[in-house]
Amino acid sequence: MADLLSAAWVLPLLPLGASLLGLLVHRKAALCAGISIGANAIASVLAVLTVVAWLGADTPTVISTLDWFTVRGDVVLRVGSMLDAISVMMIAMVSVIALMVSIYSVGYMRDDPSPGRFQALLSLFVAAMLGLVLAPNLGQMFVAWELVGVTSYLLIGFWWHKPGAVSASKKAFVVTRFADAFFLVGLIVLALGAGSLDFAVLLAPASAEALAAQGGVFGCNLLTLGTGLVFVGAWGKSAMFPLHIWLPDAMEGPTPVSSIIHSATMVVAGVFLTARMFPLADAGGSLVLAEVTGAVTALFAAAVACVQRDIKRILAFSTLSQLGYMMFALGVASQAHPDGFTASMFHVFTHAWFKCLLFLGAGVVIHAVHSNDLDHMGGLRRKLPITWLACLAACLAISGIPPFSGFFSKDAILAAAWGAGHKGVFALGLVTGGLTAFYMFRMLILTFHGSYRGDAAQLEHAHEDKWMVAPIALLALLTVAAGWPLQSLFAHHMVPPGVEAGHAGHPAWLPWVAAGAGLAGLVLAWLRYGRTPRMSALAGWRKALFDQLGSNCAWRWLLNRVLIGTIAKVSRQCDEGAIDGSLRGVADGAQALGMTTRWLHNGLIARYLMVMVAAAVVTLVVLGGMP
Amino acid sequence: MAFLLNLTWLLPTLTVLIIMLLPRDRLALLRGVNLVSAVAVLALVIGLLIAYVVQGPDPAYATGAVPRLAFVSRFAWFPALGMEFFTGADAISLLMMLMAAVIAVCGVLVTWTLTDRAKEFFILMQVLLAGTFGCFISMDLLAFFLFNEITLIPTYLLIGIFGSGKKDAAAMKLNLMLFGGSALIIVGLCGLKVVGGSFDMAVLATSEAIAGNPSFQSWAFPCLFLGFAILGSLFPFHTWSPDGHSSAPTAISMFLAGVHMKLGGYGCLRAGLYLLPEGAEQWMWVFLILAAVSVVYGALIAMRHTDLKFINAYSSVSHVGLVTFAFAAMSLTGLRGGVLQMLSHGFVTALVFALIGMIYSRTGTRDITKMSGLMKRARFLGVAFVLAGFAVVAIPGTSSFVAELTIFVAGFADNPTPLRLICAVACVSAVVLTAIYVLRAVNQVVHGPGDPGQLAPMTWAERAPVIILLVCILGMGLLPGWLIAALDASLDPIIMNMGR
Repeated sequence: MADLLSAAWVLPLLPLGASLLGLLVHRKAALCAGISIGANAIASVLAVLTVVAWLGADTPTVISTLDWFTVRGDVVLRVGSMLDAISVMMIAMVSVIALMVSIYSVGYMRDDPSPGRFQALLSLFVAAMLGLVLAPNLGQMFVAWELVGVTSYLLIGFWWHKPGAVSASKKAFVVTRFADAFFLVGLIVLALGAGSLDFAVLLAPASAEALAAQGGVFGCNLLTLGTGLVFVGAWGKSAMFPLHIWLPDAMEGPTPVSSIIHSATMVVAGVFLTARMFPLADAGGSLVLAEVTGAVTALFAAAVACVQRDIKRILAFSTLSQLGYMMFALGVASQAHPDGFTASMFHVFTHAWFKCLLFLGAGVVIHAVHSNDLDHMGGLRRKLPITWLACLAACLAISGIPPFSGFFSKDAILAAAWGAGHKGVFALGLVTGGLTAFYMFRMLILTFHGSYRGDAAQLEHAHEDKWMVAPIALLALLTVAAGWPLQSLFAHHMVPPGVEAGHAGHPAWLPWVAAGAGLAGLVLAWLRYGRTPRMSALAGWRKALFDQLGSNCAWRWLLNRVLIGTIAKVSRQCDEGAIDGSLRGVADGAQALGMTTRWLHNGLIARYLMVMVAAAVVTLVVLGGMP
Repeated sequence: MAFLLNLTWLLPTLTVLIIMLLPRDRLALLRGVNLVSAVAVLALVIGLLIAYVVQGPDPAYATGAVPRLAFVSRFAWFPALGMEFFTGADAISLLMMLMAAVIAVCGVLVTWTLTDRAKEFFILMQVLLAGTFGCFISMDLLAFFLFNEITLIPTYLLIGIFGSGKKDAAAMKLNLMLFGGSALIIVGLCGLKVVGGSFDMAVLATSEAIAGNPSFQSWAFPCLFLGFAILGSLFPFHTWSPDGHSSAPTAISMFLAGVHMKLGGYGCLRAGLYLLPEGAEQWMWVFLILAAVSVVYGALIAMRHTDLKFINAYSSVSHVGLVTFAFAAMSLTGLRGGVLQMLSHGFVTALVFALIGMIYSRTGTRDITKMSGLMKRARFLGVAFVLAGFAVVAIPGTSSFVAELTIFVAGFADNPTPLRLICAVACVSAVVLTAIYVLRAVNQVVHGPGDPGQLAPMTWAERAPVIILLVCILGMGLLPGWLIAALDASLDPIIMNMGR
């Protein structure tokens, strides 16, 4: 079993191989699906076995690496795997969700012209994410991080003939790339300061001390500076406000892509990175960034989700809000109060299942009614009973209603905030919990309850494809089961390195209040939409405000107006005017010089004679003037 | 073995003579000779590189501050001038030659269908190759200079005769500006000869007279470095390159941007940093600023252009600026990063220019606003263009990632001055700008709702260079270890000289 732990680096290679193979035979849809599902199934089994082996082994951290290339002295880029509590949890989660999504995609992409390519790219995405969570050093983390970005670009822009998809894929890449530039600088700062990229060295207390002792810029030491910069990378990838702007647009990709991006890959990578860097970030004090951005995003995104009409956009903003929870939970944690860390990772885990489920459910709905708009839905629970039940479970879970999984993780987050004395964040989390229940049940009611509001002809072919419903049903089971039974397991093992596992105080009233907030939101949604399942359209300043916040005016202004429209334009004008102009000036000057001296040599003997005489006179005068 | 090294420039020269003797209407024969010669040179370079990696440098050049040469040969040439024909190669020159030879083969394949004045084209192309390889193996600076001048003549004719757009003006601008650079270089070379007593690089590198003469170094270094930097299209002396590279025919754009421009970086390293390290110490801050400006400025202008060739040409200004930025760190990491970037950018930019040529020959336009949905009709071309875009953006797994990571680390390492820190941050920010202009081009050309109509299928002569270059980019990106080890050993004498 110990071999299994040190050979964890095989895991990303499975989907990677499947992807390369799949791209070679991408025209054969069934074969590609088989390869993809097969690789993900083997990876899932291996991952679960790894979890079991890890829980049974005494060594909490298992590292195996291979040198890739030397950057500078001690800074060597290595590839391999590192297993500890968070990466063990992530590999299981990522590979099982990948399996579910690849099975689902068989049904969802059946009518698409290139399902083979889709499965292959999906596998590539999973491979990159597995490489990311297994990274034994910051270098592999960055490499996999970029590969996640590239594959997300390819997947969001999968329907490359749709203008919306094309611009959304570019936006996702550019915005995350902007954040990645900070990550890159942070990585270099930390690697040079601590003399290594390896987490084994980097996360040791000695490195934190060494980094803290070196001065950086702006009065920050290298520790604060480096961890802060790395966190900006997480900020972009996890789509925290105001870098969230790429995520709602990313809905242009096929729904299975949204499902996997929002549950187990991509956006979770930012939370994972923050958790990975926890010991350093905690020592450097940069976790406060995670707390503030997380809290702001949680509330802001929940508010925006309440007024969206597009089923996938609601889910997108709900993801943002939940990611905010995970981030601020990490932010309130510290060596003294590590509960936030545990709670955050627990929420990553529970959230993955129900968010994956919700997106897959939304996919079934969209397949049935051929629209994303809640206005064209309603009463679908009779046509899509399994989807309805599963989504109901997921909505209860995300709203934090016991005994569904989300209740336990959200309760743990709120308890951690309270326990660490961050009362403001606690209150904000509680309010967001109520809002979450409200917008989720608003969506559920408008989609599945009441009567159908769309074109009746559309609904005739609506059905539940067995390839699509099977993973949904399985995920529904996990949504229910991933909470309470695993609570003590997380409390025991999921602690930051160097911290003793222990359960801190948990006020007895807190679960009641947390569940109460969720229930209140639910009841409110029922009162508002239960009897008259219609939306009132937003108008006036409220519409404008939410459009601006949720959408991308600032992005367009910055990119098109400021960057391309002004800075780049001026640069080009300078290039063509000033630089080329002065070159032309030199050339013209040379020509003018030639022109002026030309009259000396015009071929007329008289002119030559005149010049000779003049020269002779000048010479004589000058010579004669000399003593 | 020493003769084999000289064959790298003698073979193209011989090919020139053969093609001259062949009748102009035997196109297949002309092409065949051209290809066989280019492939033979490539095989030769690969063999030499393997021999070098296995054997290491000659014992006489294995220690001290002399270059780590192998395959050395010397002939007296102009004894009165103290000029020898001194050739040899270390890992730096052999790797540059490998890149040049690969791009030469790809360039020959790209021009496969050329019919108009093909004989002249092939002759000029082989002259260009002969000059370039001569540069890389010359360890006598005057011979290096002469070979460099030789490359300018075919460049002028190739752009002026076979080019497109404002080709006459572009050819003249390119040549005049590069001649200006040459004038600066020759001043520096004369100084080296007077003070150091020789044109021999091994002698100059160990010359006490140069090392002990900082006032000489302080004027000779800017002459040499700036002269070569103009060839490397450093801001604000870069404007010849976008015009020249976009007007040149595809194969020549590939070679000029891929290889010829790198003679500048190579010269900066060999003649500037290596021989005049104290001058470098004194002046580097100027070149640091110019390099950082090149990097950001090139990327900004690439965002504004709509002609694919101009976009790539300004992207080259930006990416070659990174070479100078890396050198300005004056550390082993920096020099290695600079050389890696020269190699990587050679492959990448050649690939992009090749693809642009193939797209242009099918769609009849290079304006990205007039293109859309290439993927619909040309799957191979579309996929290759996307992959080439990723290589420009420096995605891990491509050669550019290895080079850029090394460069950025070098930029922040060794207690940087505030100026270097600012320049390093500026260079990193160009990473984002690059993503913007690359994805803009990719999304406009390859993706989108449009339909370019029926396009001619890709021939093998078009597929082969694309595949070869992609293999080089990925190979260097995935397995850079041996390359780095070989480079470090050859960079050692330069570092030694900097530390003296």
